[in-house]
Amino acid sequence: MPQRAISALALIATTACATATQQSPSSSVPSPFTAEQARADSVRSAYTAADVHFMTGMIHHHAQAVLIAGWAPTHDASQSLRALCERIVVGQRDEIALATHWLQQRHETVPDASHDMMPGMDHSMMMPGMLTAEQLGQLHGARGAEFDRLFLTFMIQHHRGAITMVNELFASQGGGEEEIMYRFASDVFADQTTEIDRMQKMLAALLFQGPS
Amino acid sequence: MSTTAPRPDPRVGLRAGWMDAAEAAWNMRVVSRTPPSADFIHPNNPGDFGVINSDLSFTGPYVIQGNFSGLQVWDISNPQSPRLHRAFVCPGSQSDVSVYRNLLFVSGEALNGRTDCGTQGVSDTVSHDRLRGIRIFDITDIANPRHISDVQTCRGSHTHTVVTSPTDADNVYIYVSGSAPVRSPSELAGCSSALPDSNPNSALFRIEVIQVPLAHPEQARIVSSPRIFQGLVAPAQHPEAAEDLAAAARAAADARAKGGYTATVNGMEIILGPGFVRVRLDSIVKARGGTGTPTAADTATLRTNVQGIVDRIVNPPNRGTGPRPGPTQCHDITVYPAIGLAGGACGGYGLLLDIRDVANPRRIGAVADSNFSFWHSATFNNDGTQILFTDEWGGGLQARCRPTDKPEWGANAIFTLSGNTMTFKSYYKLPAPQTANENCVAHNGTLIPIPGRDIMAQGWYQGGISVFDWTDPAHPREIAFFDRGPMDSTKLLGAGSWSAYWYNGYIVSSEIARGLDILELQPSGFLSQNEIDAAKLIHFDYLNAQDQQKLVWPASFVVARAYLDQLARSNGLAPDKVSAARNALSRAEQWSGQRRRDALTRLATQLHGDAQGAADQAKAQTLAAAVTDLANAQR
Repeated sequence: MPQRAISALALIATTACATATQQSPSSSVPSPFTAEQARADSVRSAYTAADVHFMTGMIHHHAQAVLIAGWAPTHDASQSLRALCERIVVGQRDEIALATHWLQQRHETVPDASHDMMPGMDHSMMMPGMLTAEQLGQLHGARGAEFDRLFLTFMIQHHRGAITMVNELFASQGGGEEEIMYRFASDVFADQTTEIDRMQKMLAALLFQGPS
Repeated sequence: MSTTAPRPDPRVGLRAGWMDAAEAAWNMRVVSRTPPSADFIHPNNPGDFGVINSDLSFTGPYVIQGNFSGLQVWDISNPQSPRLHRAFVCPGSQSDVSVYRNLLFVSGEALNGRTDCGTQGVSDTVSHDRLRGIRIFDITDIANPRHISDVQTCRGSHTHTVVTSPTDADNVYIYVSGSAPVRSPSELAGCSSALPDSNPNSALFRIEVIQVPLAHPEQARIVSSPRIFQGLVAPAQHPEAAEDLAAAARAAADARAKGGYTATVNGMEIILGPGFVRVRLDSIVKARGGTGTPTAADTATLRTNVQGIVDRIVNPPNRGTGPRPGPTQCHDITVYPAIGLAGGACGGYGLLLDIRDVANPRRIGAVADSNFSFWHSATFNNDGTQILFTDEWGGGLQARCRPTDKPEWGANAIFTLSGNTMTFKSYYKLPAPQTANENCVAHNGTLIPIPGRDIMAQGWYQGGISVFDWTDPAHPREIAFFDRGPMDSTKLLGAGSWSAYWYNGYIVSSEIARGLDILELQPSGFLSQNEIDAAKLIHFDYLNAQDQQKLVWPASFVVARAYLDQLARSNGLAPDKVSAARNALSRAEQWSGQRRRDALTRLATQLHGDAQGAADQAKAQTLAAAVTDLANAQR
């Protein structure tokens, strides 16, 4: 799948509903108005440093997943692994865009994840579960069933790291309170927990039941 | 009347806007559009995630619309002009709502949900002010919901399903579904996130079952947490048959009797392949410094240690990546008590559950999808011979109806259902592409009660509403739609239909950012006026979409006419016979009493005869039976 430019115009995150905000005092149904009246910067935010750390880290984390999942077609992965990888690529690319936009809306620094897209480049943003340079090299050198086995092993590790990041977010003071943070983090948790389960079963079938 | 969909599809290229987006509709029309009330809209912040409208429930003339900040009760006695009956602020997504008699149940899972419905959130990581679970209200006076109690759960409630039991008149039950991270045991005793996914004994994929005593709803509590996921396997491809733990155990025992090696992985016994065994035996030989063929002692060593070897591969120790994920639960469960079954959309699986013992639902079948769907909800057809699962890929936040998105991802998967076996037949996805700035994926819907057909209305977020016919499970087909342009043409703001449900003659849609839409079907080449009128014979006193009620049409001329229209459309009965039957019905309708009864009886006899040579014998017989019922109903 060709690398596409990640659109910077992704989901606009919303803010402010976990804490008291100015509500319209009128009890009548408002008349129609134009969207041009909206000004995102007029709304108070209720996010924390932990939220920023999570979104930033998730961009790096997802970027690596997109990288290695993108190898499936060129590394003779099995049909079912290719289907899984394609889904991971599409889904996590969109989540990178969401996280990017969330940070931009709050005038927080958006990390440069382009280095994460290239194997063998060590960097300081090693989030939980991310593959080391050595692991990346191992995976990159594998083909066919060996690629399948290594990919599943490493991606399970990778997904578990994402789960850890979600748990750390929710364990932080005020983290994950903001509505969209909660939703995004919960979705990551739910999706990746499901994928871990699926990958474990694929790995079991590969490891234990294959003919040779 | 036309049976051709409009080309080009008018849903493509619609002008963007919040309340003034362009619209496209086919074979349905908008009856009313009602913006959210003041507490639930922030005009300066379009797409505000804190006030998104969520699911719907109905009781009498009221529709209860959940919202991430609470709920709104609308009086829709006059669908052209819904009236706000009560706006109730109580933050805590997703506010999935259900009703049963005088009780209202609301789901909450977000960290900011408070037991006192306050808007200030809960900043402490552990707090007894936090609500993650089910809120219970008394709605005897629906304008003033009275809080009765809360049932807290370990993972909160993303959705829930109210279940009645034909054998238990004292209680109503709630199946709680959630997929969010687990709470600290300091916040709710007994909650544990230590769920090793490698430990077969604690592969706790489960749902929570709450029992609500109708006479004392304040005593509602969790009564069971059935493990319905244990021992599921990954699919190779379609079609999927239900796995059978017992069959696997038998196969494993058989293999062992023949000298093979087995182990348990994620609760399922598997037979280890010869390659794996050979490699392990070679390692054992090498470990003792030997060479060549493994000895009897070597094979004995492998037998003793094989489970441990497998466990260490599946879950290597000292991984050091922190706490393990909690138990995975279902996203949503639809129950159909009349047939004793439930369909559970649970992570990567579509499950079939036996719910005759309501407090202890039991898994009897499972399907998974080689397209790695993240299944969200399930719907049975009225006969219980088909089941549909939806894949909410992207969680509703993402655009999944782009031209580049596969038609089998983020779609419905349709299965036939026979006994415990679900057999995949086809996918159905919204046929019109949507922009990259429109969140779009299969979401909530219900059957439209057209006798003789399986037709469903469904919300697709900013994909709008799609009405499709899945009577032929292998060839689903869209027959009506409604769509708006995106909220914003430059960026993705969450909006669209969260749910589109049929209720007493209308399709009611909860529009995430725009409020409440009410629509009605219009006759077309796919749907006759008689069929629409027959649907209106079904009257609900209340409706929770995830609790399917058996649809039974009263004996009526319009039902017979609906069947005739279907037979005409499909050439299931010769045109001259259709024509003759229509005339006979009209004549009978003009008469009364015994004369009408005799005429209908004669017609029924005629139709039974006609059915023998009909292309669609089954439907012709159904028609004959409907006319018989009509005859019997005459006094």
